[in-house]
Amino acid sequence: MTELTGQAPVQTGGSVLSAEGITKSFGPVTALRGVDLHVEPGEVLGLVGDNGAGKSTLVKIITGYHQPDSGQLYMEGQPVSFKSVQDARQHGIETVFQDLALVDELSVYHNLFLNRELTVGGPLRWLSNGRMRQAAQEYLEDIKVNIPSVDSPVEKLSGGQRQAIAVARATRQEGVKVLLLDEPLAAMGAKETSLIIELIKGLAKDRGVSMLVIDHNYTHIFELCDRVNVVQQGRVTLDQKTSETSLVELTEFMVSSYREQVRAGE
Amino acid sequence: MKNTWLMRLGQTQELVMALIGVALAIFFAAYSSAFANSDNAPTLAAYVAPIMFFAVAEVFVLTLGEIDLSVGQVYVLSPFLVVFLNDTGLNLVVCIVAALLIAALIGWINGIITVWLRVPSFITTLGTVFALKGIVLLASDGIQVNPAGTGSLASVLGGWSFSEIIWALVVAVIAHLIFRRTVFGLHITAVGGNQIASGEAGVKVGRVKIWCFVLCAFLGGLIGIFDGYHIGSLNPGTDGLQLMFYGVAAAVVGGTALTGGRGTMVGAAIGALVLGILEDGFNIIGVNAFAYQLVLGLAILGAMVLNIQLERVRAGRSSAGKGSMARAVLAVGGAGGDGPADVGPGDDHDRTGTAAGAGSEVK
Repeated sequence: MTELTGQAPVQTGGSVLSAEGITKSFGPVTALRGVDLHVEPGEVLGLVGDNGAGKSTLVKIITGYHQPDSGQLYMEGQPVSFKSVQDARQHGIETVFQDLALVDELSVYHNLFLNRELTVGGPLRWLSNGRMRQAAQEYLEDIKVNIPSVDSPVEKLSGGQRQAIAVARATRQEGVKVLLLDEPLAAMGAKETSLIIELIKGLAKDRGVSMLVIDHNYTHIFELCDRVNVVQQGRVTLDQKTSETSLVELTEFMVSSYREQVRAGE
Repeated sequence: MKNTWLMRLGQTQELVMALIGVALAIFFAAYSSAFANSDNAPTLAAYVAPIMFFAVAEVFVLTLGEIDLSVGQVYVLSPFLVVFLNDTGLNLVVCIVAALLIAALIGWINGIITVWLRVPSFITTLGTVFALKGIVLLASDGIQVNPAGTGSLASVLGGWSFSEIIWALVVAVIAHLIFRRTVFGLHITAVGGNQIASGEAGVKVGRVKIWCFVLCAFLGGLIGIFDGYHIGSLNPGTDGLQLMFYGVAAAVVGGTALTGGRGTMVGAAIGALVLGILEDGFNIIGVNAFAYQLVLGLAILGAMVLNIQLERVRAGRSSAGKGSMARAVLAVGGAGGDGPADVGPGDDHDRTGTAAGAGSEVK
């Protein structure tokens, strides 16, 4: 793969988010050596790679937590640079934090509407609980999230249900274009896993929100993602549609490139 | 959904405390005819009203996971402020309004020190307690004075036997509406429950906190003025801390969690009623004043244990053999079966799982 710098031509094809030639060093340690990546509207892109491959640095650059040394990010073809997490979010990049996203003590519908409450009475900001409850119910039915009641506090829900609410909430955020999901299927039972997979796929397709999924479990990646990118030694070394590759092929690729690394190191 | 109002009520500590209050009232009434006597009503009201004020005031900050130790001292200060201002020749109403604004300002200072300078509210307000105490003693020279003004205004504010309890109930109702029915109230619970998530959602965490401190101190100032007119003399040496702790006790006994995220104004009012009944009842049946403190302490501890046990059942985290008392109470309340059953096995694991770092951290 060639080293690209910021001068590369603007990508066409309407990627919602793309990165070109992203590099990042921390002192003597080079984390990223020119990463190219693109996410299409409504696409679920999986990001895999070993620990220390640069995956987390890349994600932190996309979320505005770090700034790249060189290279360029584009949102819908327009060059952007995120100065902060807030900045990235204003451009429509949201992150779902499994445990930080929800207020346990509040009901499901209050969580869904937190800080975007439906109100009456003008400046008094009187809560329209009835309308919020109904809207939450309809929305959750719409995206096929099944919970006992929108009235129950979030702390009463199972891990999968909580994750579903967190994802649903982030997707409802105004102007959200890309959702970052960090191991969205961690610590979940088989049934809940398949529910979350359906939910993420459905939201991406129906709402046109692109999903960037980081996961160590290749089986999950194949079930969940349209396309997979492998990050190794600070570069994207494989970019393939999941329909055009297989679990065996991906595993083989990872193993053989690992062997190459070992050989190169000797 | 089978989540009827009856079941929701049964799951609340408010109901349990209300039942305890009724039981206590029946006990005292049976023990001594003086308790149920109409002559006792003003006495009982005088016990309950200040505690209710303090409890309601504290719920605002306790729900945030904070505490305001200084509200009792604001209570001591505010009627003195009215007197001092009135001495300069200002109109009494103006003096009262000014005193309340100063009380609110004290709350604001508590708030900004806690929020902006990141001093834990326990420490911030502990400092305020002593500072205010010093101010009151210096300004009054340690001498008792009479509240400013008499007549109909004084009687509306607190002079009449029942004006204080009526004010307390009105304040409790308004506080309940703010707490349960407004965006601000929802944000109090949200910030107390999960500050990071609330901030991530765009809730102005600092502003919510500062407003709660302002409200708390304002209510302390208000009851200080009312109680000044009720008692008829102002003592600069009044122990504000003890009054404040009665309020905290009533709030907690009523179901507000000291850890934040869970508060109830109805519970605070009922808790105040229960503590008032206890205090009044013990006086009437002639329990030794020293023994009264002991019994009150045990009652608070008992209520706290019940509170925590109920919480475990509600959150479905009870392990076998524990919380059976609370579960029995719930069963009586008609709420059995709703709690632990619908929590999935992955739940606890999930909570402690990922993303424990800062808001922007991604693995």
